[in-house]
Amino acid sequence: MTATAAPGFVGQRVRRKEDARLVRGAGRFVADITVPGALHAAILRSPFAYAGITRLDVSPALAVPGVEAAFSGADLAGRVGAFIEGARREITPSLLEQVDLEVKSCPLPVLPVDEVLWFGQPVAVVVARDRYAAEDGLEAVEVDYDPRTALPDAESALADGAPVLHPELRDNVAARLFISSGDVDAAFAAAPHVLRERFTFGRHAANAMETRSVQASYDAGRNELTVWITNPRPHLIRLNLSQMLGLPLENVRVLAPDIGGSFGTGLFAEDALIPFLALALGRPVRWTEDRQESLAMTRHARDQVHDLELAYDDEGRILALRDRFLVDAGAYNAYAVTVSYNTAAHLRGQYGIDTFSIEGLNVVTTKAPVAPVRGAGRPEAVFALDRAFDLIAVDRGLDPAEIRRRNLIRPDEMPRAMGMPYRDGKEMVYDSGDFPAQLEQALEAFGYDELRAQQAAWRAEGRLVGVGISSYVEGSGFGPFEGAVVRLDQQGNVHVVTGAKPHGQGLETTLAQVCADEFGVPFDRVTVTTGDTALIQYGIGTFASRSAVTAGTAVGVAAGRLRTKVLAVAAELLEASPADLELTTDGVAARDVGRGVSYEEIHAAAAPGPRNRTPEGLAPGLEEQYYFVPPTVTFASGTHVASVEVDVETGFVRVLRYLTVDDCGQMLNPMIVEGQIQGGVAHGIGTALFEEALYDEDCQLLTGSYMDYLLPTADEVPPIEVGHQVFLSDLNPFGIKGCGEGGAVSPPAAIANAVVDALRPLHINVNRVPLRPEALLDLIRQAKAATIGGQKEGEG
Amino acid sequence: MAARELVLRVNGVEHRGAAEPRVTLADFLRDGLGLTGTHLGCEHGVCGACTILLDGRSVRSCLMLAVQAEGHDLTTVEGLASPDGALHPIQEAFSEKHGLQCGFCTPGFLMSVHELLAHDPAPDEAEIRSWLSGNICRCTGYQNIVEAVQYAAVLQREADR
Amino acid sequence: MKPPPFEYTAAASVEEALAALTEHGDEAKVISGGQSLVPLLAFRFARPSVLVDINRIRGLDGIELDGDTLTIGALARHRDVELDGALRARCPMIVEAVAQVGHAAIRNRGTVGGSLAHSDPAAEWTALALALDAELDVVGPSGSRVVAAGDFFVTYFTTALAPDELLVRARFRIPNGRSGSTFVELARRHGDFALAGVGALVTLDDDDVVADVRIGLIGVGATAVRASSGEEAVRGRRPTADVLVEAAAAVDADIDPNTDVHASADYRRLIAGVLVRRALETAIARARGGDDGRS
Repeated sequence: MTATAAPGFVGQRVRRKEDARLVRGAGRFVADITVPGALHAAILRSPFAYAGITRLDVSPALAVPGVEAAFSGADLAGRVGAFIEGARREITPSLLEQVDLEVKSCPLPVLPVDEVLWFGQPVAVVVARDRYAAEDGLEAVEVDYDPRTALPDAESALADGAPVLHPELRDNVAARLFISSGDVDAAFAAAPHVLRERFTFGRHAANAMETRSVQASYDAGRNELTVWITNPRPHLIRLNLSQMLGLPLENVRVLAPDIGGSFGTGLFAEDALIPFLALALGRPVRWTEDRQESLAMTRHARDQVHDLELAYDDEGRILALRDRFLVDAGAYNAYAVTVSYNTAAHLRGQYGIDTFSIEGLNVVTTKAPVAPVRGAGRPEAVFALDRAFDLIAVDRGLDPAEIRRRNLIRPDEMPRAMGMPYRDGKEMVYDSGDFPAQLEQALEAFGYDELRAQQAAWRAEGRLVGVGISSYVEGSGFGPFEGAVVRLDQQGNVHVVTGAKPHGQGLETTLAQVCADEFGVPFDRVTVTTGDTALIQYGIGTFASRSAVTAGTAVGVAAGRLRTKVLAVAAELLEASPADLELTTDGVAARDVGRGVSYEEIHAAAAPGPRNRTPEGLAPGLEEQYYFVPPTVTFASGTHVASVEVDVETGFVRVLRYLTVDDCGQMLNPMIVEGQIQGGVAHGIGTALFEEALYDEDCQLLTGSYMDYLLPTADEVPPIEVGHQVFLSDLNPFGIKGCGEGGAVSPPAAIANAVVDALRPLHINVNRVPLRPEALLDLIRQAKAATIGGQKEGEG
Repeated sequence: MAARELVLRVNGVEHRGAAEPRVTLADFLRDGLGLTGTHLGCEHGVCGACTILLDGRSVRSCLMLAVQAEGHDLTTVEGLASPDGALHPIQEAFSEKHGLQCGFCTPGFLMSVHELLAHDPAPDEAEIRSWLSGNICRCTGYQNIVEAVQYAAVLQREADR
Repeated sequence: MKPPPFEYTAAASVEEALAALTEHGDEAKVISGGQSLVPLLAFRFARPSVLVDINRIRGLDGIELDGDTLTIGALARHRDVELDGALRARCPMIVEAVAQVGHAAIRNRGTVGGSLAHSDPAAEWTALALALDAELDVVGPSGSRVVAAGDFFVTYFTTALAPDELLVRARFRIPNGRSGSTFVELARRHGDFALAGVGALVTLDDDDVVADVRIGLIGVGATAVRASSGEEAVRGRRPTADVLVEAAAAVDADIDPNTDVHASADYRRLIAGVLVRRALETAIARARGGDDGRS
C-alpha cells in the first residue's frame, strides 16, 4: 500500500471533470434527452402588450396534421394551482420589523384567461408529434384580442389616471422598500454641495446560450411525475409542481442535467404547463424555448431609474445619500424584493456613507416580468453611485481615483456594520477586505498614472482615450442552506451529491477538490452529482454567487465527517487508534506498522447485518450528510479599471483594456474564478454598450432576434486581466467568498466613466446605459454646439 | 411535403433517415440521427452554436435543410475525437486552457476553430478573435478560448511533425 | 422557429430550375446559399409553397478575372471570392466588402447571386454592383437578358427579376490605371448588417487628378445607392482634404436612410458622410501607391 499524498487540491488550477463530456458534445442538456414517445409542445404568445382576450378557440389546431392536443387557460382552471410566492412569503419577519417593506402578492399565472399583460405572454399551447407540426398548429388557433393602451415604463404606470393592471394591488406599485439611517434631511440641508442626478439602466435580457427546455413524464400507475428542466433550482421546481398539480412531494422528481449558462433564477409558466400536459395527456411532453421566445422573456432584468442625491463637502467627502429608485418589474412581480433589496443593500458599495435614505418601488408595467439576473440589482446601484462619484470629482477638480480614496472604508474599520439589515434579516456587516489597497493594486496593475500621463499626448494626436474606475461589494453565499451527501464505495471512490446546480461554474470540479482534501483521496477518485431531487432531500440551488460558499462548506464538512467515520471503522478492524491511521490508495493503513485494511473490507464492516463492525453509537453505512446554514452573507469585493477609445465622429466606443482586482476569499480553483470574472466582465461590456431589450411605442418587443439584440463577441471584448486579493471569510470554515456575479457588476459604470473621461474637454455626462453610438454622438454634438467660442479642429 | 428518405454521410459513416424537406440539417442531426452534440442557440444563423463542417468548411447547420446535405461530407463534434477515444488537439486545448464553462456553445467553437487552423496553422490573437466573432459565448468572455486556439495550434504543429 | 411546410425540388440544370419556376410562379422561391432565406423561413416571414434548390446546377460558380472584367457565377460562394488573391490585388474593394459579409460560416455557404437577388439594402454585393457598373445575366423561359445594375435593384428585397427568372451571372467592370479602392462599413459588431457602408474606387491620372471615381453605399435607402452627387464633387479635381469633405457632404443628396432599432435616419446620414470621406482617403492613398496605414 502506498500512502496517498494529501497535496491540497483546493487552491489549484485543476482541469475540470465536466470537460471530458462537454468537449465531445456528449453533454446532456434537456433538449438532448429523448423520452420515448414524447410529444412536442409549442406555445401561442401574445402579440400585444396589454389586451383583453375576447375570443380563443384552440380546436381548429386539432385538424392540423400531426397535432394531438391543444389547451387554453380555461382548460387549466381547477387543474393547475398558483405558483408559490416564495420570494415574498419567505421574507424573514425580522427584516419586516427592521425595514419599512411592503410586498403585495403578484404571482405569475400559468395561462391567462381574460387578458394578456405583456408581449410574449403564453396564451395557449399546442401539442404535436414534433415541433414543426406544433408550430403549424399554432397558426390554426383562433384568437381575438381587444388591445388597450400599454404602460411602457414605470413612470407611465405611476402617472395619475394610469390603468391599474392588477386591481387587487390597488395601484401599480407591487412592492416598496424604505431604509434609512441618520438625519438625512439635516445632513443635506447643512451640506456645502449637493449632487442630484437621474441615472437610467436599460432593460436587459440574460441570454444564456441554452434556451429553456422542459420535459415531463407521468407514470399514472405510480402517480409519479418526472421532470427534466433547464433550471438551477430543481428542488424549488419540485415544491411548486407538487403544490400546483396536487402531487405528493415525494412523487415528484426533478432532474436538471447539464445547463447551458442560466445566468438567473425564477420560475416560468412553462415550468408548470408542460408537466400539466404530461398529466393531462398521459404521454410524455417536451418543449424547448426558441430564441425568439427567449428574447421576449428569459430573463429580462435591470430596467431601473435612480434619482440619486449625494451631499458632499469641499474635499469631495460624501456626507449623506438619498436615493429613490423605480424598478420596472414588468407585468408580474413574482420575485418580490429580491432585486430591489439587493440594489438598496449594495448601493453604498465600498464607501462609508452612514447617513442615508433609500426608497425603492417595484412598479408593474406591460412588459415581460423581470427576474434576478447575474448581478441582480447590483449593477444598477453601482452605475448610479460610480457615475455620481465621477461627477463630484469633476466638480471638485479631483481625479476620480482621488475622490474614491477619500471615501473608501478603511481596513481598520473592518468588520464594518453598514447600518441596515441584509435581505436575510441579519445585520449587514462587511466581514473582511481592504478596499483602499484593492484600489491601489488595481490602479498600479493597470498603469493608471502612466495612462494619465499619455492621455494629453494622445488627445493632441486626435486619439480620445479615457479610463474609468468602478468598485463593488457583493454579499455572497446567501442562505438559507445547502447540503451534501458524501458516500464511499468499495473501491475507495467518493461520491458526492449536492442540491447545488451548476451551469458552467465547474462545481463538479471545485466541490471534488474540497472533498478530495477533506476526505483524503485523490481528486480523480471523487465524483460530484447534481440536479436530482431524488438524491438529496433538501436543496436550494445555484444562483446569487452562493454555491462555492454553501455547497463547498457542506461538502467539506460532510467529507470530513465521512473520513472520521471511515477511520473509526478501520480502527475497529485494526484494533488501533484512528489517530495512528492514514488513508491510502487501497484502504486504510496503520502508520509505522505495515498493517492495513482494504476499502472493500471497511465497506463490508460498515454494512448492516450480523457482521457489522461499526463502532458503538455510529449507524451502519459509509455515508454522511450535512446541511450548511451560513450565519449570513460574506462580502466579496472588486475594483475594475477600464480604458476605452472613442471615435468622436461616429460615437463608437472600443474597450481597449479591462482589469479587475477581486477578493473572493479562498479560491477553490483560481482558473475557474478567473473564468467567472472574465465571463462576467464580458457580460457587463454587453450590458454597457450593446444589449438592450427595446419596445416600440405600443410596447411591442423590437429586439426579437439576434439581429437586433446584440451580444458581445470576441471582437468586442478585450483581453481581461484578473488580479486577486485574498481575505478569507470567517463565515465558513474554508474562508470562501462567492465570485460568480462580481465581474458583471462594475463594467457599465467603469465603461461609462471611461467614455466621459475620454471626452473630458467636452464635459459630457453619461447617465444612461446601455450607451449606443448614436446616443453618444448626440451628447458629443450637443456639447460641441454648447461650447462657448467653439472648439478648434482636432480638439476633443 | 411528406418525409423523404435521406442518406447523409456524417463523420465518415452513412446514416439513413427520413425527414420532410423543411427539416433543418441541425434538427435532422439531433433528432433524426441522435447526434445531439450540435446545439441550437438561435436557429437564425447568428450565434454559431450549430456550426458543423460541410466538406471541411464551417457552416451553420440551422441554415441548411437536411435534404441539401446529401452527397456532402459532414463533420460534427462527435467526429473530432479519434476512434480510440483520444481527444482531438483542439478539444484537448479547450479543456487545458479552460476555454469552456457551460459547454453549450463549445461544439460550434470547436468546429469553427477546426476550419481556422486548417487554413491558418498559426493565427495571431486578432485573427482568432475576428474568425471567432461568428460564435457567441456567454460564459467565458472569450479570453481562454483565444488561448485555447493558440495552444491548439501548437499541439497540432507538434502532432504534424 | 421551424419553417412552414413547402414542396421541394432540387434542379440539376438551369432548364429544370426554370421549368419549376414557370410551373409555380410566385408560389416558388429559389434557394441557393440559404443564408438569408432560411432565417426568413424559420421566422415564417417567407412562406413559399415550393422551394427550388439550385445548388446542384453545375457551371454557375466561376470567378474569372479577365482584364477589366470580373465574371462571377451566381453560385459562387462569398468565401471563394474572399480567398481570391488575384482579385484582392486588383480590386481590394471587392474582397474587403465580401470579407464583411457576416462571418466565415455564412460566407462558406452564401452565394453572390443569392445576395444580389435578395437585394437587402445592407448587402455589400449590391453596392459593388452599382459602383462597378455590373451587368446581370438573367435567364427566363423566353430566353436570356442583361440587366444593368442600376435597373436591377428596385426596392427593399425586390429586384427586376420576374418570378420565373433566374440570375445566373454578374459581370463587374474594374477600372484600369492608377486606381485604389476600399470598402468600409460601420456596424455595431463585426459581421452585423452595416448601419452604413461605402465602397469607393478612385483612379488618378498622372497629375493626381481624379479621372474616375465610384462610390457605392449600403444601409442608406431602399436599395444600395450609387452616390453620383458625391462622385461629381470629386471627379476631375485634385482630391484635397477639402474636396473630400465636399464629396462627403454632397452624398447627402443621394441617400434616403431609414430609422430602425439600431440607428435613426439622421445618424445614418451623419456616418455615411464620415465613411465616404474615410473611404475616399484610403482609396486615394492606395491609388497613389502609398501605405495608407491599413492592410
